[in-house]
Amino acid sequence: MTDHEPTHLTDADEAAVDDAYVDGNALAGDLLEIFAMDMTTAVGTCGGCGRTAVLAAARVYRRAPGVVLRCAGCSHVLGRIVRAPDRVVVDLAGLRSISARLPD
Amino acid sequence: MAPVTRGFGGRQHAQQPELPPGQYLVEDFPVLSAGPTPHVPPDRWELTVTSETGEQLRWDWDAFHALPQEDVVVDLHCVTRWSKLGTSWRGVSLDTLLADVETSADHVVAHSYGGYTTNMPLDELLHHKAWVAHTYDDEPLSPEHGGPARLLVPHLYLWKSAKWLTGLTLTPVDEPGFWETAGYHNEGDPWREQRYWGD
Amino acid sequence: MAGAALLGRLTWRTATARSFTAETASARTIVLEVPGWPGHLPGQHVDVRLTAPDGYTATRAYSIADATNGDLVSITVAEVPGGEVSGYLAGAMEAGDQVEVRGPLGGWFVWRPEDAAPVQLVGGGTGLVPLVAMVRSRARAGARTPMRLLCSVRDPGSALYSAELALESTRAGGVAVTWQHTRVAPPGRAPGRIDADVLRAATFAPSARPTCFVCGPTPFVEAITALLVDLGHDPARIRAERFGPTGGQA
Repeated sequence: MTDHEPTHLTDADEAAVDDAYVDGNALAGDLLEIFAMDMTTAVGTCGGCGRTAVLAAARVYRRAPGVVLRCAGCSHVLGRIVRAPDRVVVDLAGLRSISARLPD
Repeated sequence: MAPVTRGFGGRQHAQQPELPPGQYLVEDFPVLSAGPTPHVPPDRWELTVTSETGEQLRWDWDAFHALPQEDVVVDLHCVTRWSKLGTSWRGVSLDTLLADVETSADHVVAHSYGGYTTNMPLDELLHHKAWVAHTYDDEPLSPEHGGPARLLVPHLYLWKSAKWLTGLTLTPVDEPGFWETAGYHNEGDPWREQRYWGD
Repeated sequence: MAGAALLGRLTWRTATARSFTAETASARTIVLEVPGWPGHLPGQHVDVRLTAPDGYTATRAYSIADATNGDLVSITVAEVPGGEVSGYLAGAMEAGDQVEVRGPLGGWFVWRPEDAAPVQLVGGGTGLVPLVAMVRSRARAGARTPMRLLCSVRDPGSALYSAELALESTRAGGVAVTWQHTRVAPPGRAPGRIDADVLRAATFAPSARPTCFVCGPTPFVEAITALLVDLGHDPARIRAERFGPTGGQA
């Protein structure tokens, strides 16, 4: 049996439920596995409000069936990542664009 | 092959026969959230049912409470593998809410405050299998568990029981919802372990 | 870091526990030996994966606590009630036991010793871990970059690395370290949360244009970043790392 829960910066559970998010930093491992490069320093444009920010600064809700990435400005859903035993499903439809530096 | 971590037992949850496959029992009530928790005052709350022709039924908090109320005790099964048995709810049966709706649609999309959606065949909501619940364990349903009111469809995985429910839309065509479009199974029957696409 | 190392980071590597240091009553530092470790920058984290005999796995991310040091990777883990991974790492794990790690991860919440801008570090509880890696990297690089550390803890007994940071604070050219105690303070000091007055007294002024690194529980980070912006710090120079509730299995 394999657990497909997302990764966590710590086990700490000090946050209140309304603060049940962390930073995009926390997705570095999952995104690296998918994109084969660090995507947390990539700059995304929110499809809701047009805000531009590194993915590291987006809000990540992961106490859920999948991981939800939301704009820190307007809470618009930027993306969702769901891990099944044999696949990962990535939906970044809420991002108007992503600009990432290519590895050297 | 990954090395076994000596001394790490993992969860060690034995399969219990009364639970669907792959589930383990919890005594607490875990809170999952895919976004900020909406805080909707009951006097601002409303529930609508919209048919495929655009015809709409609407209840405010008082009108909703004036409908026949039912007490139910049901088991919950979350796709993240926890199950909670014997939970007590009060609410209105979907049979009651949909009784006066003229429709030939076969599908329903549930809409929540905050933008969440989930879909299911209309038939899954009828025949005394689903409720809109406003009371849990004799207390008003708290915002983190979906209050003021949530959908309760206990025979499907819990993501189908939309928290912060505000609308039901009847559709002739199936319209997959928030998790159903992102890798989770369209039907979500825990006894058939329909977790992900292709299960 | 070379591109060649990047592909290597995709893989899970076997890591062997070599030594342990008790930091507080509930937290300890674990030194892992990871053959082939490509090196890391302070602020980065690793994913740690445990595998039970029945094949069940659990993965958590932990900030790296030390400057890059060959094949050795240190993490500091505080035991959390009910935490299946932290409970193992902070308790049952012994020298020689093996886990898997993937990393280093994250290119945003990092400090590069060649960056000359002043650095303000603000940590809450175990949020100190990636920040102490920056302090240690600065010392190891012999950098003279102005750097200050403000850390909020419940009581003196909850302070990680307190002896080392006391030495650092008195070392010529060392990082100035200030502790703020929220519940129980040492004699002569009042307990309380970090507020604007504490920030004014113990951190670089906005006019110094420091890069601010803030790490801690989500409500702590929310409060500190709001205070820093109110004081006049440029939001673009504030980098945050929140840690919060555990995921999926909840």
